[in-house]
Amino acid sequence: MTHNAVVIGGNRIPFTKSGGPYAHASNHDMLTAALDGLIARFGLSGMRMGEVAAGAVLKDPADFNLTREAVLSTTLAPDTPACDLQQACGTGLEATIYIANKIALGQIDVGISGGTDTTSDAPITLSDPMRRVLLEASAARSLGQRVKPFTKVRPRHLSPKAPSVAEPRTGMSMGQHQAKTSEAWAIERSEQDALAVASHHNLAQAWNDGFFDDLVTPYLGVTTDTIMRADTSVEKLAKLPAVFGGPNGTMTAGNSTALSDGAATVLLASEEWARDHHLPVLARIVDAEVSAVDHPGGADLLLGPVAATGRLLARQGLTVSDFDLVEIHEAFASTVLATLKAWADDDYCRSLGLDSALGTIDRDRLNVTGSSLATGHPFAATGARIVPTLAKLLHARGPGTRGLISMCAAGGQGVVAVLEAV
Amino acid sequence: MSALEKAFTSTPGRAIAKKAGLKDPPRLRRGRTWPQGALVLASIGGGTLAAQTLRLLGRSSEHPVTDGGEEPTPGYGAPIGALVVDATHLARIEQLEELRAVLRPAVKGIEKSGRIVLVANRDAETWEARAVLRGLDGINRTIAKELRGGATSTLLHVSTATTADDLASTLAFTLQGRSAFVDGQTWSVGHHQAPATATTPSPLDGKAIIVTGAARGIGAAIARTLARDGATVIAVDIPAAGEALAAVTNEVGGIAIQLDITGADAGSHLAALVAQRGLSLYGVVHNAGITRDKMLVNTDSARWQSVLDVNLAAQMRINQVLLDPTTEGGLEDGGRLVGIASTSGLAGNKGQTNYAASKAGVAGLVIAMAPDLSDRDITVNAVAPGFIETEMTGRIPFVQREIFRRSNSLNQGGKPVDVAETIAYLLDPASSAVTGQVIRVCGQNLVGA
Repeated sequence: MTHNAVVIGGNRIPFTKSGGPYAHASNHDMLTAALDGLIARFGLSGMRMGEVAAGAVLKDPADFNLTREAVLSTTLAPDTPACDLQQACGTGLEATIYIANKIALGQIDVGISGGTDTTSDAPITLSDPMRRVLLEASAARSLGQRVKPFTKVRPRHLSPKAPSVAEPRTGMSMGQHQAKTSEAWAIERSEQDALAVASHHNLAQAWNDGFFDDLVTPYLGVTTDTIMRADTSVEKLAKLPAVFGGPNGTMTAGNSTALSDGAATVLLASEEWARDHHLPVLARIVDAEVSAVDHPGGADLLLGPVAATGRLLARQGLTVSDFDLVEIHEAFASTVLATLKAWADDDYCRSLGLDSALGTIDRDRLNVTGSSLATGHPFAATGARIVPTLAKLLHARGPGTRGLISMCAAGGQGVVAVLEAV
Repeated sequence: MSALEKAFTSTPGRAIAKKAGLKDPPRLRRGRTWPQGALVLASIGGGTLAAQTLRLLGRSSEHPVTDGGEEPTPGYGAPIGALVVDATHLARIEQLEELRAVLRPAVKGIEKSGRIVLVANRDAETWEARAVLRGLDGINRTIAKELRGGATSTLLHVSTATTADDLASTLAFTLQGRSAFVDGQTWSVGHHQAPATATTPSPLDGKAIIVTGAARGIGAAIARTLARDGATVIAVDIPAAGEALAAVTNEVGGIAIQLDITGADAGSHLAALVAQRGLSLYGVVHNAGITRDKMLVNTDSARWQSVLDVNLAAQMRINQVLLDPTTEGGLEDGGRLVGIASTSGLAGNKGQTNYAASKAGVAGLVIAMAPDLSDRDITVNAVAPGFIETEMTGRIPFVQREIFRRSNSLNQGGKPVDVAETIAYLLDPASSAVTGQVIRVCGQNLVGA
């Protein structure tokens, strides 16, 4: 690498439960709002960025150029190019890696990564038969021909198709997949609830401390993350019924992420550019790795990142205990707990082609300002939420401190990155 | 908008209101615009400061028409734009007759949004001269009330040491549309060793200025006006106002910081941002303020404390950090501090004891600070807005609001930009001889001293 790609900072809008205050906001609106706050915080108005890369997992076909259009809705210079990028729940982190790589290679000096998602304003499409009828009718040359296709319409064709979060190859939802993993790795309900409670309490503490004052900009009158429950407790969560894994399941609405709306962005630059422009340099993006597992073949869907973590650490000559802070995306509390168990499991790690187990970490280094269970998880936004949060935390701990990000994503995939405070 | 307000603002409603004597208020000339008609210059007693200042500003002037008792009273052919009277050598009661003779035709013949500006020497020595000086104040306030069509009157006090360089920015401000809602006021211009010469259209070019409470209302107008004049605006507001703050910041190409100014470390946060961004801090506009209105008999400690803390104590804490010469990112020598007082503070206002205390306190503060900071060439001033049309005053019930907004010599509420323009004038590097002043932007509100 020829340049240090560094995190200058970030901005997101508060995350909310889907169908809530952002019910009428589109991905375009939310991404624009997140960019606006970033531009204001760092005084970027009128400036040309090398590139902006962002994405959405649930994307309306009209948003074929989502990021570029959002850029044009901001006060960034209109000659700022942008691309849409998508890797399921890893989108925000993958977009960050993409921009960081371009910076490292000297292709650009400064760029923005991000992600946005709304399950409130998810695109709803016509059923396949109905779509064929309309296409046939529009291709017709006479009135008769035009009417004829509609005789084939049956009532069931009229019901629209909402996007599904089920894995296409297994037909199982993510929760159902994770329920299998929970059982296989013997992840206790009480552990999951405790992790969820810690997430809420850590996030609430960070809000109280003003930690997010320079990471979040209010949107549509929402000033804090609304899924957060500062007063939740293990006792309260213990009362919730299982939603995945059958009647004896351990996964509840309390220890699974809620469907959420939100958007997040990260400002990245070469260290030289950041210093020339008198901008803060929080942490450098050291390295990153992606991986995937054969979940149709029975592998644990959400343990995808373990292999990436192992390969990345080996390449960097690091072990998990070298990290001052670790961010494991909380798709489900059980995902985080299974990931930690997998890291410590020699046989499992060898089965992934790694030399040995990755080791264990002190739990007080994990998700110290809360993660997706408390914050919410607007799919593509989460990676872009974690990167500036971790960069700020590392910077406060001093130069050289390291952080690890591990994110699972649909399709049995994993995206992992290492940051180091500057 | 209430049904009553809708009826009032409808076409028939306006016609009825007009018949009842509630005329549409005059449209005020605003911005960096000079009066259209001739600029008339008169000197009573031979003072030349005003003439020198107008020359410095590149404005040509005409001789006054005087009323010598002829029938009919002599007048101007076409409406005049402004009358500037150099009264720096006016020290005797009998000389006031000369002033009357100049004022009579001018007041009669002045254009809409025209200007009367009296320049007087505050260093009057004799008893008579001091009496006359105060007499000018009475004349200024009264003419302001008699002028129509948005024309205003201003009395500028100068010292014996004041030069044309000292006075230029102030005279330009009073004559231009920027002073649209400043009427019947008196303030003072002193002397500075090396004032920046002549005013330019963007006097704040390259200067970093902090504006607190910048997300909306008057604060947003201040940010826009300072940016228009070339400043790099560091826009501050509480985190909850971040969305509006970002919009204003991006509009003016500034830098936003979400910050509660009452926090103990607010000053050091601001200084750190200035230092981080490699800027030199030229000015701070302490605009952030809150109201917690209640009659005194219902005012509890919480309402009292919060208003005093946000409106007064917070800016003192921030100033303390920014004025410390060892603070990296602190205020530069030659810098500017501007506070926001209020006519409620100067005159008192029912239901606002806490607010009046804080805002009168701001006036007291700038007067106290100014002399102590003069050796660093830092000026400290305040503006005192009267009724300004904002979201905040928009929440006053309609009838009460209509009474408030018309209770001044210009028969209308001011705009946020009117306050902002006055602040921008105080921030102008050429205004270095103006310090320790409190300028009301109130259209000569009927209440208050």
